[in-house]
Amino acid sequence: MCDTCGCNITPGNRHLIQPGGKLARTDNGRTAVTVLQSLLSENDVQAAHNRAHFDGRGILCVNLMSSPGSGKTALLEATIEALAGELKIAVVEGDLETENDAERIRAKGVPAVQIATGTACHLDAHMVHDALHALDLDGLDIVFIENVGNLVCPASFDLGHHRNVTLLSVTEGDDKPAKYPVMFRASDLMLLTKADLLPVLDDFSVDAAETALRHLANPAPVIEVSSRNGVGLDEWIDWLRSELRTQRLRLVEGQTAHPAIQADGARLHGLDPAHTHHEHHHHSHGHAE
Amino acid sequence: MHELSVCQSVISQVEQVARAHDATGVSLVQLSIGPLSGVEPALLAQAFPIAQAGTLAEGAVLELESLPIRVRCRSCGAETDAAANRLLCGACGDWQTTIISGDELLLTRVELIATLKPDTAEESAHV
Ligand SMILES: Nc1nc2c(ncn2[C@@H]2O[C@H](COP(=O)(O)OP(=O)(O)O)[C@@H](O)[C@H]2O)c(=O)[nH]1
Ligand SMILES: [Mg+2]
Ligand SMILES: [Zn+2]
Ligand SMILES: [Zn+2]
Repeated sequence: MCDTCGCNITPGNRHLIQPGGKLARTDNGRTAVTVLQSLLSENDVQAAHNRAHFDGRGILCVNLMSSPGSGKTALLEATIEALAGELKIAVVEGDLETENDAERIRAKGVPAVQIATGTACHLDAHMVHDALHALDLDGLDIVFIENVGNLVCPASFDLGHHRNVTLLSVTEGDDKPAKYPVMFRASDLMLLTKADLLPVLDDFSVDAAETALRHLANPAPVIEVSSRNGVGLDEWIDWLRSELRTQRLRLVEGQTAHPAIQADGARLHGLDPAHTHHEHHHHSHGHAE
Repeated sequence: MHELSVCQSVISQVEQVARAHDATGVSLVQLSIGPLSGVEPALLAQAFPIAQAGTLAEGAVLELESLPIRVRCRSCGAETDAAANRLLCGACGDWQTTIISGDELLLTRVELIATLKPDTAEESAHV
């Protein structure tokens, strides 16, 4: 099944699997096997399972990523207050255990599970799965995952979530998208956090940050928000409501959503008549079928 | 730095391929990595020996192929090279492009030591 195989064959790399088939003898008599399989396929299989947990219950799962201290936990606290009585939320807390982020969330009356990441630089789908089983998912509307504060590693791992939200605080510099293209290319929404500080900063240009994001071919919306004075929170909350509504309509159609990072491969995959499921299975040796 | 966990995933996939062909060992593992995959080839190469120790892939040579970044323009249709932080169309400059190569993280080739069982030989004949 192409939606869970993690394989990303595109017109740009298909030549790698042609010609000569998958099994050939090398000059020194060895057997060479041509494979074409995502290195993260084990993670991707687990991620698909996690997504099924959410989709079976109509839950929208949003992954929050940023540098350490960009305001992920503060945003969650403000979001929980804004949605109190309207939507039921739970939080999978993957940021540093010592920061007591899960305690901060529970203090707002929302269930939170802390993942013991140790020295890990990112969350993977297996860690998130364990956390999901420690939560009561029934009746929830949105599950947030607060990822490890890191602009490099978390972007490469599908956790089974539906949307990536990247926070860039205005104290960090408007060139961050250019410096961390892998992360910002994966954003479905870029939040410029701590916007209350914009008037006192002369070196952060909202336009420059947005231009840097467009240079990554990313059409994601950009919202300035402050958890401190509430600027932009309405727009952020509206984005969440609209994503939840759209996701539930997709589920009615038997579809789901993947975060931005997989979009290109998946779309090309679907468009490519030569890349049949049959062919795929031939090339995905050893993949759990 | 998640290159070690990526390597461990590579090794487990390589072992599955090796077992499927009744190989006694692996002589070469080839990966294709795009600059937008989020994995640093140098760190991957460093982590590989640690991950392969004590596995069927112990001693295998790691070959890393780096893939170019290519984009296809959604306005003019051109396919051009691009830089990691400027994925713009090289022909018309539009930013609305689709990556066609450069974000891959793929296991592309495994060379096995010994044994080509009759049934796998037959399998290869279909292909
Ligand atoms: N001025 C200002 N400071 C903020 C805002 N949001 C968070 N902070 C501060 O930034 C620091 C890190 O916030 P935190 O939410 O723990 O960041 P995290 O590491 O991304 O979860 C704390 O000292 C917060 O008080 C904001 O909107 N405005
Ligand atoms: Mg936090
Ligand atoms: Zn489960
Ligand atoms: Zn163009």
